[in-house]
Amino acid sequence: MSAIEINNISKTYGTTTALDNISFNVKEGELFGLIGADGAGKTTLFRILTTLILADKGSASVNGFDVISQYKSIRNDVGYMPGRFSLYGDMTVKENLDFFASVFGTTLEQNRDLIEDIYCQIEPFNNRRSAKLSGGMKQKLALCCALIHKPSVLFLDEPTTGVDPVSRKEFWEMLHKLKKKGISILTSTPYMDEAGQCDRIAFIKQGKILTIDTPAGIIDSFGEPLFAVSANNMHTLLKAVREYPEVKNCYTFGEYHHFTVRDVKFKKAGFLSYLGSLGYENISINQITATVEDCYLKLSEL
Amino acid sequence: MMEYAIDVNNLTKKFGNFTAVDNISFNVKRGEIFGFLGANGAGKTTAMRILCGLSFPTSGKGTVAGYDIATQSENIKKSIGYMSQKFSLYDDLKVWENIRLFAGIYGVPEKEIEPRTEELLKTLDFTSERNSLVSKLPLGWKQKLAFSVAIFHNPCIVFLDEPTGGVDPETRRQFWEMIYEASDRGITVFVTTHYMDEAEYCDRVSIMVDGKIEALDTPLNLKNKFRVNSMEEVFYLLARKATRNE
Amino acid sequence: MKVFLAFVKKEFFHIFRDPRTLLILLGMPVVQIILFGFALSVEINNINVAIIAPERTETIRQITNKIAANRYFTVTGIYDSEDKPAELMRREKANVILRFNHDFNPFVRPVSETQMQIITNASNPNTAVQETMYLQSVINDYFREKQVSSVTPTISPVVRYLYNPGMQSAFNFVPGILGLLMIIICTMMTSVSIVREKETGTMEELLVSPVKPINIILAKMVPYFALSCVNLVTILLISRFVLNVPVSGSIFAIFGISLIYIILALALGMLISSIVKTQVAAMLISAMSLMLPVIILSGMIFPIESAPEFFRWLSCIIPARWYIAAMRKLMIEGLPITYVIKEIVILCGMAITLISISLLKFKNRLE
Repeated sequence: MSAIEINNISKTYGTTTALDNISFNVKEGELFGLIGADGAGKTTLFRILTTLILADKGSASVNGFDVISQYKSIRNDVGYMPGRFSLYGDMTVKENLDFFASVFGTTLEQNRDLIEDIYCQIEPFNNRRSAKLSGGMKQKLALCCALIHKPSVLFLDEPTTGVDPVSRKEFWEMLHKLKKKGISILTSTPYMDEAGQCDRIAFIKQGKILTIDTPAGIIDSFGEPLFAVSANNMHTLLKAVREYPEVKNCYTFGEYHHFTVRDVKFKKAGFLSYLGSLGYENISINQITATVEDCYLKLSEL
Repeated sequence: MMEYAIDVNNLTKKFGNFTAVDNISFNVKRGEIFGFLGANGAGKTTAMRILCGLSFPTSGKGTVAGYDIATQSENIKKSIGYMSQKFSLYDDLKVWENIRLFAGIYGVPEKEIEPRTEELLKTLDFTSERNSLVSKLPLGWKQKLAFSVAIFHNPCIVFLDEPTGGVDPETRRQFWEMIYEASDRGITVFVTTHYMDEAEYCDRVSIMVDGKIEALDTPLNLKNKFRVNSMEEVFYLLARKATRNE
Repeated sequence: MKVFLAFVKKEFFHIFRDPRTLLILLGMPVVQIILFGFALSVEINNINVAIIAPERTETIRQITNKIAANRYFTVTGIYDSEDKPAELMRREKANVILRFNHDFNPFVRPVSETQMQIITNASNPNTAVQETMYLQSVINDYFREKQVSSVTPTISPVVRYLYNPGMQSAFNFVPGILGLLMIIICTMMTSVSIVREKETGTMEELLVSPVKPINIILAKMVPYFALSCVNLVTILLISRFVLNVPVSGSIFAIFGISLIYIILALALGMLISSIVKTQVAAMLISAMSLMLPVIILSGMIFPIESAPEFFRWLSCIIPARWYIAAMRKLMIEGLPITYVIKEIVILCGMAITLISISLLKFKNRLE
């Protein structure tokens, strides 16, 4: 049985199509990433799966329970962390936890083992009002609250947006630990570098799924040579590379510009002398393996 | 003409017992793209508010666009552009109305507004959207428009507070190309971001930890100094040491 | 039940950690009662009477003394001609002029306009009418004592102000303030606090939990219900012991009907929260569509009887109108509960309707 099954789900708001005939499954114990920008339809999908809104078309189930007819059963055994900080800012860390524990008819002590790793980091701030916590701390508290009833499926809607890289890294470490405990996780993120952390990912753009695969599978399907180039003046280099006839696409990528070529027989030497003739120095050109982000860029251009 | 767009010495900001910004000194050259990094709560926002003339430092001196941050905040406000992720444009105004409004606020001469609005819409390829409500635009478009509006009056410096949060990779790249163009036009760009690949696009970056600037150099020098391969690792090495959680 | 208590506890946290709102909620009734009771009183005190009397007969002297002895009136003086009193009235030093003709003698001929005249400043007609009435009643009292009334049947009728002999406005305002406050506290505060959870996103999290959504809403109402009861008691105590309003009816009936009204107001708050999305909207709807009609159409300040017919009809759907009417009967007139059966039935009907509508409108999902 799949933890989550989505069949031909569509949802429109007025004239905007939020979700356009989406189907995929999340296996039990899988860490599944939904990768896409703001407005791609991720939140809408989360809300449909967590029984908060109804889809226009299609069906979906969580743990085998239908999201419409058996919504009560779903509400009993899923954990959900909405996109924005959704805890009570005027209540302390401990009060928030206790409150959410009683909402699920349990106590903090009963489930402490599951959240221990995360909770021990925020426990020193037990008596601080949650509005006064830093972004990373708030996010940890929200995760604790979502986990407090030992859910079997966890929905995390952009848990790391606006969170600094250190907290993000810690957050993913926590997710891996939760996965080991058998919890199925569906998470969404706009950060491409986080995609590699998932078992499988789906790219979502404008309500449509672009592709679904393991990160390695997606990278394998890039299917053409990719080069990284850098030189002394990166700003102008971008234009120079784009103007070279053999170059198909060129975009910035951290300290390099990545480019693809029209012909597999692309010769580095000719390109090097072209850039040299334009006066560039310290030129480096390397063929590289594509990253998930390169794949997203390629797919979203189609 | 001054050499530095921003020149700050021993800037400190305290809230009660809490030192949000702890004795920071740095400068930003004209036309430079300066990345202002730091973990959540490291004091970036407070420092940025001081630089924009929205808040006064507890101690320390500084100039922005040649004006003193303590005494000439009104002049500072006229010579900077500001764009944040949260507030940038009015959702319930049309595209051209937003441009007109902000042009007026920043004192662009009346005669110039009309032709320059047309020009801007053309460069952004927005001509067909001039009468659309901003709320109807996709986030990426909004951010590009907001940036264009922030530099419409040709400010000396533009402050960008996490301008690309939540934006898709394509639009993020288009956005950075716009930043490059602005920088080539001589506008100093002061930007905060949580995307470490974007730190690489900056001429120089500073990393703030617990209110102090722990590192400030070009991305390449920083990577060499910490003997790592990416800015991500540099950031991780520094920010991990943070002790405060405010 | 344990879950429900956890929710109620949480609601109290919200209220007590926002001291400003709490202060307003608990302080407002006190301030309003005192404002309406003292400062904004519509009763008339210190009426200055200038008397014109060409001849100072014994009767005129006695009448003058009688007026001067009344606590509402101050006699500015007795004048021979009109010039001085007219001047006083222009300068607002005199409110009323009482003029006796030169052949004034009520014991010989009936008192008529030709013998005695009351002139008032009618720039504020309500005041003018009241001043005239007060003055007439004082003069009538005098004639009655002298048993002139039998020979002077033409004098104006004897007026008695039942239940509120001094025409004290505080009596009138107390039920009105209760009616208004319950709407503000129950309707506005509950709807705002429910909508706040929608706005901050916590409602999403609560909905994705086994808690019955209706319990979330009911738990929200408990603290405001409690606050309303506190306010009810405060207002009744202040009315009784500070403003000396006789809480003459049965306390049981007063509380009973107030509870019905509080529940009705809570249901209204729940209904509002189910149709709006933002706190600002909830606030505006409560303020504009509830408070204003309560103030204007409930009879709290302006008598409904003198409103145009359309508004009289409109006022019938305003719960506060019935509540205030019932409270006046119970509190001030001291009538037994059987006299307010009509109001109780109407309020119960309204409460049941509102509760049913809001339950029907209530969603187990976000939209």
